Amino acid sequence: MIRIEKLNKVYGHSHVLKDVSLHVREGEMFAYLGPNGAGKTTTIRILTGLTRLSSGDAWLNGFHVERETLAAKRQCGVVFQAINLDSELTVFENLTIHGLLFHMPLKERKQRINELVDYVGLSDKLNVAVSRLSGGLKRRLTIIRALMHSPRILFLDEPTVGLDASIRRRIWALMKKIQKNGTTIFLTTHYIEEAEFLAERVAFIDEGRVVAVDSPQALISRQGEWAIDLMMNDNIRSRYFRTKEEAKQYAEQQEDSFSFRRVNLEDAFLSLTGKKVK
Amino acid sequence: MNGFFAVYYREMMILRCRFLKMIASMAVSPFLYLIAFGYAMGKSVTIHGHTYMEFLIPGLVAMSSMNRAFVIGSEINISRFYWHIFEEFQAAPISNISYVLGETLGGITRAFLSVGIIIGLGLLFGVMIDYWNIMFWVAVFLNSFVFSSLAVGMAMMVRSHADQAMFTNFVITPMAFLGGTFFPVSRLPVWAQKIILLLPLTHASNAIRAASFGNPVDMFSYVILLGTGLVFFLIAVKVVSMARD
Ligand SMILES: Nc1ncnc2c1ncn2[C@@H]1O[C@H](COP(=O)(O)OP(=O)(O)OP(=O)(O)O)[C@@H](O)[C@H]1O
Ligand SMILES: [Mg+2]
Repeated sequence: MIRIEKLNKVYGHSHVLKDVSLHVREGEMFAYLGPNGAGKTTTIRILTGLTRLSSGDAWLNGFHVERETLAAKRQCGVVFQAINLDSELTVFENLTIHGLLFHMPLKERKQRINELVDYVGLSDKLNVAVSRLSGGLKRRLTIIRALMHSPRILFLDEPTVGLDASIRRRIWALMKKIQKNGTTIFLTTHYIEEAEFLAERVAFIDEGRVVAVDSPQALISRQGEWAIDLMMNDNIRSRYFRTKEEAKQYAEQQEDSFSFRRVNLEDAFLSLTGKKVK
Repeated sequence: MNGFFAVYYREMMILRCRFLKMIASMAVSPFLYLIAFGYAMGKSVTIHGHTYMEFLIPGLVAMSSMNRAFVIGSEINISRFYWHIFEEFQAAPISNISYVLGETLGGITRAFLSVGIIIGLGLLFGVMIDYWNIMFWVAVFLNSFVFSSLAVGMAMMVRSHADQAMFTNFVITPMAFLGGTFFPVSRLPVWAQKIILLLPLTHASNAIRAASFGNPVDMFSYVILLGTGLVFFLIAVKVVSMARD
């Protein structure tokens, strides 16, 4: 579905992507997790034809992103990190422009617009200028706009950044719904719980290098099941254990104060890269 | 190729949103020029048997259509650097030529609107010249084609909106004053005339003026405009790829 082989991107002196190879399966929800500046957006921009690759290859649904650009572009929809809507224009007009860009005939366009605004509860806003929508609605609009031409693959670059917890959950539900309809989803995030909750598989990216690809559960259990955070002076050190008993035993021997919890994806990232995601 | 319609449609929707504001702002400077130079100062002046007002209006048509066509560049910059709308076009399966064609037509449409306003203002001041002459409109079209294509190409090459504003300041505005708009080029020394004849706007104002006075037009000017426009257009198509980083 999405195949990336030894992808590199160099800007002047900075090597932003280093031999990135990934294989995202059809219908999968795949999360690309990494700290600021890791190269997440750059990867999406290369896959969607906005940025040139320096070396390596990438295919969307079998179409090479550099050699068969137009066909590759038809396979995917993109929700960019920054909300890029025409704020003077209405919801309907924004969607229409996208439909025209993808050569959709009038009848199909209208039908699809009605379907999609229904899907996300924007029907009563069809003729409202985008500038008058809330942040959460704007985000939903960028998502359905990317779905206008029924792409097989949907790219979402940090789709829930800047949204409050309840709206974030609605967007998550929407993404699950989209996936259920058979769309492959590739999302970037630096929210641990987002990747953990949504993704079937996660790739960790750090300083342009993919350091691990696996299911969240597998990545977590590489560390163990239970964690103890020891508060030492002004530092927190975590230790990981296979079983609750082992952890308890260890805890009993400690003099510093500690807290006891389950291992999460953050621990997995931390131990692979030596840094936190955020 | 038919992707151009999406780009053009967007420009037209934006134009519709701002229609009244845009009309008003397009009318301000020509109105001031007509009052200051045409009405107040030019009363006693005649040039080649025409009142200064009659001389001025074709010049304003050339100047305005150039300016308004060129403004499409700023619109592209704003939607590219500020609203990031350009990413939508980049991610869409449309060719460079469709994109450039859509934006260029957007610029040309604005130029025609501004010409309509000048004609209206002219009538208000009681000036009626030969607007029915097809060669008048051909010249307006070619002039706006030249500057719209130039603006689109520039917008793809610049790294910030300030760069484009600089070009307007150093190239477009001087040309607007020197390109046969406010005074006959023949009043300048011969060496200066030669330089000024290199400017496309000079050919546009000469052609537009000749046509609106019902004089025979110089086909050479039309050829120059068409040639320059095509070159700018092709360059613009080439440089769309430069906007990819
Ligand atoms: N046009 C560019 N020119 C030079 N360097 C760039 C350019 N675009 C991105 N970079 C650099 O590439 C690196 C990766 O950037 P990218 O935007 O892909 O990171 P990201 O993982 O999306 O980060 P964030 O979480 O902040 O969105 C950064 O160090 C950035 O400074
Ligand atoms: Mg990013």
